Amino acid sequence: MSDQNTQAAHAHAADHKEHPTWKQYKWVAFWLTLITAVEVWVYYTPFKDSSLFAPTLLVMSAVKFTIVVAYYMHIKYDHWIFKRLFLIGLTMAGGTLMALLFLFGKLKIGG
Amino acid sequence: MTVATAVATADNAHAGDSHGEHTHYTTTGLEHRKIAIWAFIGSECMLFASLISTYLVYKGRSKIGPMPHEFSCKVSNVVAQTAEGVAALGCAAGDVMKPILDIPVTSQSTFVLLMSSLAMVLALEGVENHGKPGYDRWYKGSKFWLGMTALMGATFLGYQSYEFTSFVHEGLTITTNLFGSSFFTLTGFHGAHVTVGVLWLLTLLAIDMKRGLKGRNDVLVVDICALYWHFVDVVWIAIFTLIYLIQ
Amino acid sequence: MATTAAPAPMTAGAYAHGEATGIWSWLTTVDHKRIGTLYLWTALTFFLVGGIEALIMRIQLMGPNGQVVSAEVFNQLFTMHGTTMVFLAIMPLSAAFFNYLIPLQIGARDVAFPRLNAFSYWVYLFGGIFMTVPIFFSAAPNGGWFGYAPLTTMQFSGGLNIDFWVIGLQILGISSLAAAFNFITTIINMRAPGMTLMRMPIFTWMSFVVQFLLILAFPAITIALVFLLFDRFFGTQFYEIAAGADPLLWQHLFWVFGHPEVYILILPAFGLVSEILPTFSRKPLFGYNVVVYSGIMIGFLGFGVWAHHMFAVGMGATADTIFSLATMLIGIPTGVKIFNWIATMWGGSLRFTVAMKFAIALVALFTIGGISGVMHSSPPTDLQQTDTYFIVAHFHYVLVGGSIMGIFGGIYHYFPKMTGRYLSEKLGNWHFWFFAIGMNLTFFPMHYSGMLGMPRRIYTYDAGQGWDQFNWWSTVGTILMFVGAIFFIANFFRSRKNGAIAPNDAWGAGTLEWSIPSPPPDYNFAQIPVVTSRYPLWDLKHPEMTADLVHSAPDEMTITDSHAVPVHEETEYKTAKELGIPMPFPTIKPLFAALFMVVMFSGLIFIHVGIFPLAMAITIGGALLFIGTLYGWLTSPLE
Repeated sequence: MSDQNTQAAHAHAADHKEHPTWKQYKWVAFWLTLITAVEVWVYYTPFKDSSLFAPTLLVMSAVKFTIVVAYYMHIKYDHWIFKRLFLIGLTMAGGTLMALLFLFGKLKIGG
Repeated sequence: MTVATAVATADNAHAGDSHGEHTHYTTTGLEHRKIAIWAFIGSECMLFASLISTYLVYKGRSKIGPMPHEFSCKVSNVVAQTAEGVAALGCAAGDVMKPILDIPVTSQSTFVLLMSSLAMVLALEGVENHGKPGYDRWYKGSKFWLGMTALMGATFLGYQSYEFTSFVHEGLTITTNLFGSSFFTLTGFHGAHVTVGVLWLLTLLAIDMKRGLKGRNDVLVVDICALYWHFVDVVWIAIFTLIYLIQ
Repeated sequence: MATTAAPAPMTAGAYAHGEATGIWSWLTTVDHKRIGTLYLWTALTFFLVGGIEALIMRIQLMGPNGQVVSAEVFNQLFTMHGTTMVFLAIMPLSAAFFNYLIPLQIGARDVAFPRLNAFSYWVYLFGGIFMTVPIFFSAAPNGGWFGYAPLTTMQFSGGLNIDFWVIGLQILGISSLAAAFNFITTIINMRAPGMTLMRMPIFTWMSFVVQFLLILAFPAITIALVFLLFDRFFGTQFYEIAAGADPLLWQHLFWVFGHPEVYILILPAFGLVSEILPTFSRKPLFGYNVVVYSGIMIGFLGFGVWAHHMFAVGMGATADTIFSLATMLIGIPTGVKIFNWIATMWGGSLRFTVAMKFAIALVALFTIGGISGVMHSSPPTDLQQTDTYFIVAHFHYVLVGGSIMGIFGGIYHYFPKMTGRYLSEKLGNWHFWFFAIGMNLTFFPMHYSGMLGMPRRIYTYDAGQGWDQFNWWSTVGTILMFVGAIFFIANFFRSRKNGAIAPNDAWGAGTLEWSIPSPPPDYNFAQIPVVTSRYPLWDLKHPEMTADLVHSAPDEMTITDSHAVPVHEETEYKTAKELGIPMPFPTIKPLFAALFMVVMFSGLIFIHVGIFPLAMAITIGGALLFIGTLYGWLTSPLE
């Protein structure tokens, strides 16, 4: 009996340590809405023409991206292997994107 | 050294867990399909990165308009930040085309898609907590939330169709210029992914209505769909910022 | 190793373990071993096709002003030779080994998704046929295996040739991607208890790296092909220079895929060699950890060197320098492996079986190819070498001297496991020597003709440029390779029926696949073994060989969960049913899904033939049938 329980427990153990709840989901939804609203609002202000506009927007989007992946896709709560699989893909994708932008003259390195 | 096969026969019987479903031994204790979907998502990052890179590389290189954020001339490759600027560069008044991306409308569709992720998360909760106290109300159940997610996804697609058709009316098709080709291909691929997601959700909803979704396997199946759905959402976050907001 | 209950190997008639025979059983199989066998047969056939394409080219180029084929036909020949060899021969040969070996090496009963596995094969077969059939209508792809746009746009390549190429490659990409997700899941999740990642056989490790290369590189070429497809069929502007498009977009996207692709082509062969050398040196692999880490480094760095294929396009000094540096860097992990292999053999008790000869040939010939490769890493030097036969020499040394040698070695090594019979060492030696000498005779002179300026892809050349003699020798070498190939074919067919019977452990090797019968029963392992070191079978039979390695056992709970038992040799023959092992149901659905998917894609061709309604009917009909089959597949249980 206890053998079966430990078997089942062991099989489930690696699934997730804890579990996000409605509380976290609510907050994520709230921040997603707020950040998107700010992004759109900022688009209509003179800040749009400043050189900090793009980096600010990128940071805000990165935050949205991260909270969806961490909480909704519960990568924060799951086995580390999923984070690795995702990050390998994301890193390669990001690196390739940056390299292509540089190669086509859209990004300047040094001079 | 040979094997005692009598022992082998008994040992190879299924290991059942407490729900009576049979489970195979796995090295990590995780489900195959979950590992596969995350590997798939990693791969899709490269797919969309290639599409987004092309869009960004080709930005500002179209020889004729319409342009995403700038005013442009219908026939020559004159581009400026304002209508007056284009006219000052020699474009006839009747030929000036306005920037084609509609931020207010796209903000709405972005919001809908973001909220659909919330609906998806609640749908998964509904399946995980099927039958538990406090989850028997219709607005907590998986059927409602699967339906809501699909509905919001379909709404997003509705916005996309509206956007695509209005662009065509304003003179931007997939063959018009580099902007048209790269924009429609990128957002089209994203839209196709959303469509697949909506069909997947409706299939799950149909199964839920037929026999109900409960138990470990169903949780996994809905979880896989959820991971796909959320990924499609975060891709849109990237697209909305890089293509619509940043000039 | 007395095998009193030795079965009749598969070639002797019906399988002794009660498995089905007959063509239907092959069409519906979801068994990784059968799928691996299908890959092997199909890939070897395409290898022959690619070889014949090369032979015709070499006859044309044997002397100056050849009249054997026209320029147009020559374009089709070099395009199809490259495309066939890369996508239809070497990759699927590697896939044959992934399929056959990986579950056996990790102590699993099959892959994670058996039906998806079958689907991958059928997509490959139908896609390969789709891309090869146009040869018979003189409409074979003719834009080079790398299909540079804008040359391959409608404006410059208006016929159907490139359409077949674009669509064919998209189809094949799906096959590779599906298989990659399958193997990643399998290797992560289906290892026997105690088999940590750092205890996996090197072949499995190299294959694991390759699967990641596949899932990250193929999306780039998928998009490049989508752009070309859309340009050709729907009038988009991705490669239209007049609309402002960049002629380098295709090149960058293609090589972002193309460079990892060459590591996809070589790493499996490296893995096979890493199995063969220790076995026939009677020594564990030297520096296992380093071999693994260098494999991972090669995979990772391989994504950062692609523009070294573009040193002549004018990217600017910064880009050239960065990619040059990265390319030189990647030579280090590769070179490290060479030293590890040599150190493995050093002081070992060497047995020069045919497999061992092929493995040693890889070590030597790949090194030569690597040396010319490092020469290309310098942009100024490459400016002279690029687009000449010097490059052709380089990549044939690494691909034929590397991948093919490794694969042949793998075939000789694993044929006994797959069929229960040894390939003839005598015929194998003829095969080896003709092929190895022929290969060097073919490709070494190309270093010279390349240095003297002979460009690639020319269908003929004038006399008196100093190229004649080298070309002549290359053609003689090609004929020798063909003789070698004929010996191989003869060996393959004869040994299936008459080869010496092989036991479980045909060579005295140390890894799990050799602990089960040759050929293995459909369930592979009657009892999943507990692994306590890198060479579980040597632990069992020759503990003195592995005394220096770390040994440890997994925890009790894992052993109980998995019902695993200590490593053992299995020689009893019971059916899966008798043992109570659930086996997946055979099913025709993956085959039909693959078929309908290919039909769906092929409908596009009719747009350019001019019959739009037919194109629509085929594409939509194919799509509906595909989705329907998929639905049936996904809603039916595996076992």
